[in-house]
Amino acid sequence: MTDDTASAPLSPLRARLRSWAHSDVLYSFRRSPTIVVSALVLAVILMGALLAPLVSPQNPFDPASLNLMDGKTPPMTPNQFTGESFLLGTDDQGRDVLSVILYGSRISLLVGFASVLLSAVMGVLLGLIAGYRGGQIDNLIMRVADVQLTFPSILVALMIFGVVKGFLPPQAHENAALPVLIFSIGLSAWPQYARTVRGVTMVERNKEYVQAARVIGLRPMIIMTRHVLPNVLGPVLVIATLGLALAIISEATLSFLGVGVPPTNPSLGTLIRIGQEYIASGEWWILFFPALTLLALSLSVNLIGDWLRDALNPKLR
Amino acid sequence: MSAALKVPSAPQLRVRDLRVEFPTRRGLLTAVDGVSFDVAPGEVLGLVGESGAGKSLTGAALIRLLEPPGRIAGGEIELGGQRIDTLPAEEFRHLRGGRIAMVFQDPLTSLNPLFTIGDQIVETIRIHLDLSPENARKRAVALLEEVGIPAPAERLDAYPHEFSGGMRQRVVIALALAADPAIVIADEPTTALDVSVQAQVIAVLKRLCRERGTSVILITHDMGVIAETADRVAVMYAGRIVEIGPVREVIEAPQHPYTRGLMGAIPSLEGSATRLEQIPGAMPRLDSIPAGCAFNPRCAFATERCVRERPAPMPSGNALVSCFLVADGTLKPHAKAKADSGVHAADVGPAAGASAPLVAVENLTKVFNVSRPWLYRVLQGEKQRFLTAVDGVSFAIPRGHTFALVGESGSGKSTVAKTIVGLVRPTAGRIMFDGTDISSDEAKGADAAIRQRLTMIFQDPYASLNPRMMAAAIVAEPLRAFQPDLSRAEVDDAVAELLGHVRLSPKDGVKFPHEFSGGQRQRIAIARALASKPEFIVCDEPTSALDVSVQAQILNLMRDLQDELGLTYLLISHNLAVVRHMANEIGVLYLGRLVEVAPAHELFSAPRHPYTRMLLAAVPSMDMTDRAAPAVQGEIPNPINPPSGCTFHPRCPLADDRCKRERPPARQLGASQVACFKAEDAVP
Repeated sequence: MTDDTASAPLSPLRARLRSWAHSDVLYSFRRSPTIVVSALVLAVILMGALLAPLVSPQNPFDPASLNLMDGKTPPMTPNQFTGESFLLGTDDQGRDVLSVILYGSRISLLVGFASVLLSAVMGVLLGLIAGYRGGQIDNLIMRVADVQLTFPSILVALMIFGVVKGFLPPQAHENAALPVLIFSIGLSAWPQYARTVRGVTMVERNKEYVQAARVIGLRPMIIMTRHVLPNVLGPVLVIATLGLALAIISEATLSFLGVGVPPTNPSLGTLIRIGQEYIASGEWWILFFPALTLLALSLSVNLIGDWLRDALNPKLR
Repeated sequence: MSAALKVPSAPQLRVRDLRVEFPTRRGLLTAVDGVSFDVAPGEVLGLVGESGAGKSLTGAALIRLLEPPGRIAGGEIELGGQRIDTLPAEEFRHLRGGRIAMVFQDPLTSLNPLFTIGDQIVETIRIHLDLSPENARKRAVALLEEVGIPAPAERLDAYPHEFSGGMRQRVVIALALAADPAIVIADEPTTALDVSVQAQVIAVLKRLCRERGTSVILITHDMGVIAETADRVAVMYAGRIVEIGPVREVIEAPQHPYTRGLMGAIPSLEGSATRLEQIPGAMPRLDSIPAGCAFNPRCAFATERCVRERPAPMPSGNALVSCFLVADGTLKPHAKAKADSGVHAADVGPAAGASAPLVAVENLTKVFNVSRPWLYRVLQGEKQRFLTAVDGVSFAIPRGHTFALVGESGSGKSTVAKTIVGLVRPTAGRIMFDGTDISSDEAKGADAAIRQRLTMIFQDPYASLNPRMMAAAIVAEPLRAFQPDLSRAEVDDAVAELLGHVRLSPKDGVKFPHEFSGGQRQRIAIARALASKPEFIVCDEPTSALDVSVQAQILNLMRDLQDELGLTYLLISHNLAVVRHMANEIGVLYLGRLVEVAPAHELFSAPRHPYTRMLLAAVPSMDMTDRAAPAVQGEIPNPINPPSGCTFHPRCPLADDRCKRERPPARQLGASQVACFKAEDAVP
């Protein structure tokens, strides 16, 4: 910190910004071409999904804009009936594949982010309590987590999905599909967060700064949120990033299995399921492009997660 | 060249202009810069310096164990007349462990836990010497015998964890000497050990190297260890040697301004001045070493030339000193004033003993349940196991006094501290604070008013500050907890005042802990402790993680604050010199029991308990009167199975049958309370 030329005290915000600008994380980001490319890919997909109504050639959910005659047009080839050309071709209903991918990634990303948020909040909360309190509460929380971890998470998600759907009236299924999907994927992933947070919390709890807070007489709730929580967020950020890729794939898997979002509002997984029906008859693009998008999305998120884990852990540098 | 650099006979090791660099993204860091010295056969060269001085890196460079990206960027290293810094890695490998050996700091991690110590020693011997397995084993047994391991033939097949810390470090020394090296580099070999064990290990290292004519480079921050062990000493600062000379001269008549400051900053066991000499500031970081003489910003005598030009080592007396002022005769050797054995400053505390005690600990006991999980116990038929960390400890601290608890690791001193501030619940006994019992269950809840009056300073300033909070927020935390109705501006003002109290500037408030040096962090921790306007502060090893020159600053600050604010301290420490400097009264803990409580001057002038005497004898002394090897024996036993009767009896030279059977009660002897049957007989 040699640039300490400012004689006036910095504002707290600027101090934080300065510390971030000088951080090793930003440096190692700039030094790694793989990560820069991954971030670019992710940014393109994110922007495409966010701005889908503005950038996509057609609205695939508006039946008026579709022409069945356009069905199964290969990429960048004029349709034999209408003469229209599509960058990535069309599916059986004449929907532009690029447009459905853009709209589909919205669903995939929404489910991914929302379920990661759900599992992170749940896992961090339970992990903090288990790690800080210890004893019977710790035992209870962690044994539940252990039991859940003995089942593959996709199985847990399927089960939760089935049970919740059973409680809902059939007419609500269509609208409830998305929230139920988020809930079941989110609920299936919390033990990862809880385990990690518990471990870090147990380490941090014995550090002297936490003891100092206890000597002051702060309430456990405040110590947990103000002192321990900020210090366990590093690992949580890493799991959340890796978990995002996992959640997107889980959603795709569930949708592929036909229990996820309905085909009228397809996600990447639904598109892959639809596409695989045509792979044998030569319409490869209906499957290929959604699958490629899913691959690029989950790979870049995964790479960023791996890099974050290394960058935030000084021992691996 | 003077005798300090060149040694009469051909040197065993010759180092010239050694330079170690670390290329980093923030530029090239020069960690060792132009270091030159010789080591004669059989000589012990001490390498001292504070953290960041480059002493360990010098050692690592000699044996080529620098962590990448560190590299030797220049200079020459000759071993027995042969240049070794240019040897290819494969050839150097044969030297390492063979002609150059190393003893590391932590005996816990420098032995492989999966192999018996015999395997490890035999392996080393057979790599470097052409011996059959049987002969190598015989040699290993002989080595273990030499380093003082009892029953070496049987112990050869034991694993490292079956040895105590001191014994393990002896094994490490045996391992280093296995292939008859020409030179041993010992990097802080005793820092992880308790004083009583440290004395034994130093004695072994010194004796063996003398007998075998092995040269030693002893790297340490502890001047006492150097004074006891080394023949010559090199003092390092910011990667350079500032002074190198015979150990007696450097310690008794230091010449370089830094060495002078360093010697003055070390608290001594003999009565000392009220304030320690202190060097302002701290060692520069490697990325901001000043131009010219690296010490110039902290030097009281610095001239314009010191800022401009870098001084080379220049002969002065028998030493080589890198200082223009010494060279041109402006600064004369600084004979250390002999400590006056008169009344110690801390002895004349305010209102000695007159008032009722502020804090009284009565019969405090803490038992930890260290049993294995119940399922394991049921299956294995094991009983519950208990560890008595604190066993019937009683003492009282008058207002405005400093009471010190000393003891080696495992003595329970930190547990006492934590119990008093409420981090740990006592199993039995009471803690009275200003007439109120603060340890009872009823007192647990709504005692914010009392809690505010007592607080704690922790040992490790790197762990005691939340790394995600800025200094101002850390200091403000007690204010916000105890006075939630304060406005933002009021809090800011109070924080600025507190930072001023500990000699920091208000603009330091917006920095994060990692931007401060160790001493500055401890100041922040002190400011936080002062925030609730406490009357009583528990200081748990407040300076043991700090360098001596910084330690002096913190101890002086604590003394000043005591005078300004009328504070009462409980000081927990293993460092007897620090305790001597700070305390009015001292309690000596051994295995959770107070064996002696006495006024400071009494304890040091007439120690009564045999353990107290042993501790005092074990402290490496700076006066170099070549005293006989201290009669220190054994190590602290496992507190889960303490010895019967007086727990000290297995190590006590005076113990008889009664000591093995009965626990001695505390008795008044003069001004001291001593828990020993034999103490009277032992008064000199």
